[in-house]
Amino acid sequence: MLREITLGQYYPANSVLHSLDPRVKLFGTLVYIITLFSFDNVPLFAMILIALIGVIKLSKVPFSFMVKGLRSIIMLLVIAGLFNMFLTPGITLVELGPLKITDVGLINAIKMTSRMVMLIIGTSVMTLTTTPNQLTAGLEKSLGFLSKFGAAINVDFHVHDIAMIMSIALRFIPVLIEETDKIMKAQMARGADFETGGLVKKATNMVPLLVPLFVSAFRRATDLAYAMEARCYNGGEGRTKMRPLTYTSLDQRAYICLFMYIILFYAVKAVL
Amino acid sequence: MNDNILIMDHVSYKYSPDTAYEVKALDDVSLTIKKGEFIGIIGHTGSGKSTLVQHLNGLMRATEGHIYFNGQDIYDKDYDIRSLRTQVGMVFQYPEHQLFETTVFKDVQFGPKNQGLDEKEQIKRAYEALTLVKLPDEFYLASPFELSGGQKRRAAIAGVIAMKPSVLILDEPTAGLDPRGRDEILGLISDMHEKRGDTVILVSHSMEDVANYVDRIIVMDNGRPAYDGAPKDVFSHYKELEKMGLAAPQVTYVMNDLKAQGFDVDTSATTVEEAKEEILKMLGR
Repeated sequence: MLREITLGQYYPANSVLHSLDPRVKLFGTLVYIITLFSFDNVPLFAMILIALIGVIKLSKVPFSFMVKGLRSIIMLLVIAGLFNMFLTPGITLVELGPLKITDVGLINAIKMTSRMVMLIIGTSVMTLTTTPNQLTAGLEKSLGFLSKFGAAINVDFHVHDIAMIMSIALRFIPVLIEETDKIMKAQMARGADFETGGLVKKATNMVPLLVPLFVSAFRRATDLAYAMEARCYNGGEGRTKMRPLTYTSLDQRAYICLFMYIILFYAVKAVL
Repeated sequence: MNDNILIMDHVSYKYSPDTAYEVKALDDVSLTIKKGEFIGIIGHTGSGKSTLVQHLNGLMRATEGHIYFNGQDIYDKDYDIRSLRTQVGMVFQYPEHQLFETTVFKDVQFGPKNQGLDEKEQIKRAYEALTLVKLPDEFYLASPFELSGGQKRRAAIAGVIAMKPSVLILDEPTAGLDPRGRDEILGLISDMHEKRGDTVILVSHSMEDVANYVDRIIVMDNGRPAYDGAPKDVFSHYKELEKMGLAAPQVTYVMNDLKAQGFDVDTSATTVEEAKEEILKMLGR
């Protein structure tokens, strides 16, 4: 049941997106998110949607895989949508007792939920086509200017450490999911019930799951720390990469596409 | 009238169907398990043995096929799957990782408590189970996290036995134990089987482990049972077993080598004891 969490999961396939440099994908995702939160009319929305669909097609990852990530935030979406719909002032369209649906509210609700849905799908396209290692390597390189800048003003931004922490965290998501699944099954085999009951009962029923999970997370962290020490890990200084990131002509073309997208978006935004 | 306690009827299971991760873990498996049998399920890593046993108590649901417990289809809509889980007890790999209570005793009580038994009965069950696994009583009120590895494992096994399941499944109960701990746990399981006369299914990747104890071996390979029979019969295929990445017990090799050297011995011995008898008999003649 927990296998369905796709956050940070990689989907192996042979596509253009998979072979792109992670820095391009990071930049692309950033651009996508900025445009997603700055559109204010239908043509712009359509443009983002078309771009997203195009990228999904290019990725060769089954669409159902991206939608799975939505399942976990469906409650959030519903609540956010309902609040926007009922609690925004404006011209009343429908009245349901004390609740009113206004025109602004309806538009806000649609905007809000579609933004969130597209945010999740868009970012999962990136994580599904990029291995966690590539992702953090890209992040480390992209933020490399921070450490140079930091050295100048005598502040350490710990870029390497943060990238390392991130890659470990991402790497451990599937491990901990599997662990949760295993412990859950073990407790279910002893008659534990994780599904029925009210909120309080459900929360107390989680104890047999959470205690072993925490214990195991700490155990794994200790083991990993020892393993890193044993390999003489001492931070980013003087560390070289086995596969340094290099741009190819494919990446250049991708950058050109991205800049064209930005120019087009803001041109349309300025005109309309 | 019918002493088949568990029946698997053409069961198949796929992980992540219709994605790049799709793996067929079980491929059209049909098995019958009789009451009171002591079965060893052996297979290489990824052969589907753990998946197989998780189907038997309904933790995993087959993509195809049916499973019957005491003649009832466990996939029937009104079948009480939670009660099935208490009747088919399952001890997972590294069961000590599931301990969570403040004391060992309370942890063992967890199963009976979930069965809805009254407190008195819970305590009785927990006490009986802890006695059965031979955990010294000074540990009953200790935190489970203070015990040693082997003791933790006993406590965890007690946690399942306390529910008095009629079928007990153990998934690699000896993983990560030293030879002595391994023999102790296996001896314990076999003792309990004799005392309680219940059905026991032991999952392992080590022939040596199971050869000494079980009376039927099922060899899993690529999600299918490749061999199913008494240890002697299964080990006579030791050459084929090697191709699956498994090995017969060392005595099988010794006996076969002796025979190849021209000694007149019966190669079906599966334990060191039997091999000794056989060699002595041959020499004495």
